[in-house]
Amino acid sequence: MLKRIKSLLSTFWRIFRSPSGYLSLGFLTVGGFIGGVLFWGGFNTAMEATNTEAFCISCHEMRSNVYEEIQPTIHFTNRSGVRAVCSDCHVPHDWTDKIARKMQASKEVWGKIFGTINTREKFLEHRLEMASREWRRFEANDSLECRNCHDEDAMDFTRQSPRAAEAHRRGLIEGDDTCITCHKGIAHELPDMAGVEGWE
Amino acid sequence: MRLIAIAIAVLGSSMAVIAAEGELDAMRGNVPLLEERTPEPLYDVENEDLRRVRAYPMQPPTIPHKIDNYQVDLNANRCMSCHSRVQVGESQAPMVSVTHYMDRDGNFLADLSPRRYFCNQCHVPQTDAPPVVDNTFVDIVELLRQPPDTEP
Ligand code: HEC
Ligand code: HEC
Ligand code: HEC
Ligand code: HEC
Ligand code: HEC
Ligand code: HEC
Repeated sequence: MLKRIKSLLSTFWRIFRSPSGYLSLGFLTVGGFIGGVLFWGGFNTAMEATNTEAFCISCHEMRSNVYEEIQPTIHFTNRSGVRAVCSDCHVPHDWTDKIARKMQASKEVWGKIFGTINTREKFLEHRLEMASREWRRFEANDSLECRNCHDEDAMDFTRQSPRAAEAHRRGLIEGDDTCITCHKGIAHELPDMAGVEGWE
Repeated sequence: MRLIAIAIAVLGSSMAVIAAEGELDAMRGNVPLLEERTPEPLYDVENEDLRRVRAYPMQPPTIPHKIDNYQVDLNANRCMSCHSRVQVGESQAPMVSVTHYMDRDGNFLADLSPRRYFCNQCHVPQTDAPPVVDNTFVDIVELLRQPPDTEP
């Protein structure tokens, strides 16, 4: 049995190694190209599916906490009719970042299995820890996700309220703050902020 | 028979009261109780960032900016993230006055007094809605200007 498998493998290896005698070079290149497209496309489709709101809220941990809370906020409904869904703020659109984030997401599957936040109480207990990780991420990437939609170069300060324009001039133009420095809790309720810088 | 007559009389007069109340209710715009009323449009919150005159010195000033979704609860006090003593350098907002750091016996506290925690008990934003009732309030400065013998 073992011998049969071994010989089969070696035959396969020989065919695989030897230059093709039957197939034209053209077929190989075109075939390879199409194969590549199919593989890439399938990969992309799978990634796209995990980027939908429906996917994120398929877990009750996400649906009955953060999703409930985002509904009265501006990113859910607004006069422009543009909704920011979970993945707009939580999964970078850039490819390399995207995969890095997906790798981290497997921790959530772990959390799902072991029920780290499967009740509201546990969720609230964990909230500061999770929020802090998100804040660090936004600080590290200069609030990349916010900037995918809000480009500060495209902001007309004269059309903002004086309070907003003044803060943006001081924080963004003159200072080196980033969006999340001032806009914590933009989409969900805040955790216990005692001890968080700027909230004492 | 007398009883029924009295009952009818009582009922009738209370109906009259209800009708009269319908007339007086400015919020409902003088529409009879049993009729549906076209609702007023929703008015915008004034977000001009211009501080308003207080009607008297002890008045809690009205809020000159919008406060949509500002969280004030056990976990976080959004208002204090700008208005607290330590934050005004960063936010350039006016500091809550010293009365907000005093307990009811007049002792000064290190942090916001619990009785001043829920800002919206006393401070409210304003909308550009026309007033529903006329206001006859006269500012003390006006009163002082009037000659002493006139009735206000
Ligand atoms: C399998 C169920 C499930 C799905 C689907 C899911 N989540 Fe989660 N999520 C969890 C659990 C469980 C945790 C807590 C993980 C832990 O223990 O830290 C979590 C944590 C998070 C956190 C906090 C991360 C941190 O660093 O602590 C964010 C942000 C998040 N999820 C966003 C999303 C987004 C965006 C999606 C859709 C792309 C999504 N989740 C889909 C179950 C899920
Ligand atoms: C407009 C951007 C935005 C959108 C849209 C958004 N989030 Fe968040 N999310 C944040 C920010 C910012 C934080 C960091 C904590 C904070 O500031 O509230 C966060 C934190 C979280 C956390 C950590 C726990 C917490 O509340 O702090 C989870 C879990 C989460 N988001 C899941 C989701 C899910 C699921 C959706 C879609 C229903 C979603 N988010 C949509 C911006 C967003
Ligand atoms: C999918 C695009 C998108 C993303 C991503 C996004 N926003 Fe927004 N944001 C919007 C839209 C659309 C509005 C509403 C514009 C309107 O109609 O006034 C808005 C409004 C806002 C407002 C105004 C709130 C108000 O009350 O007027 C703030 C502040 C804001 N976003 C901050 C953020 C921050 C911080 C992030 C990153 C954590 C972020 N946004 C991510 C699209 C987005
Ligand atoms: C120094 C603090 C600070 C920073 C940094 C900051 N903001 Fe703001 N932003 C404010 C304040 C204060 C307001 C007005 C009050 C409010 O909306 O709660 C505001 C308002 C806004 C508004 C609504 C404008 C209006 O006229 O009401 C948007 C949109 C916004 N910010 C987006 C952003 C984005 C995107 C970034 C990052 C590029 C950012 N902000 C960085 C403080 C800041
Ligand atoms: C982003 C920072 C910020 C936040 C958050 C904030 N304010 Fe303000 N507030 C200001 C600034 C700046 C002013 C000065 C006038 C202006 O620019 O609007 C002000 C003015 C005021 C005034 C008028 C003071 C006077 O003397 O007339 C009141 C009252 C007030 N705020 C109450 C509140 C309350 C209540 C909350 C929470 C619901 C709140 N503010 C949240 C920045 C803030
Ligand atoms: C019990 C009612 C009450 C509550 C609650 C309250 N205030 Fe006041 N506030 C006042 C009164 C009255 C004044 C004006 C007289 C004074 O300064 O004491 C005032 C004044 C202010 C001023 C103007 C200060 C100045 O020197 O111009 C600001 C700003 C302010 N309050 C913000 C807040 C904020 C933010 C909160 C919530 C943390 C809050 N207030 C809670 C009653 C209240």
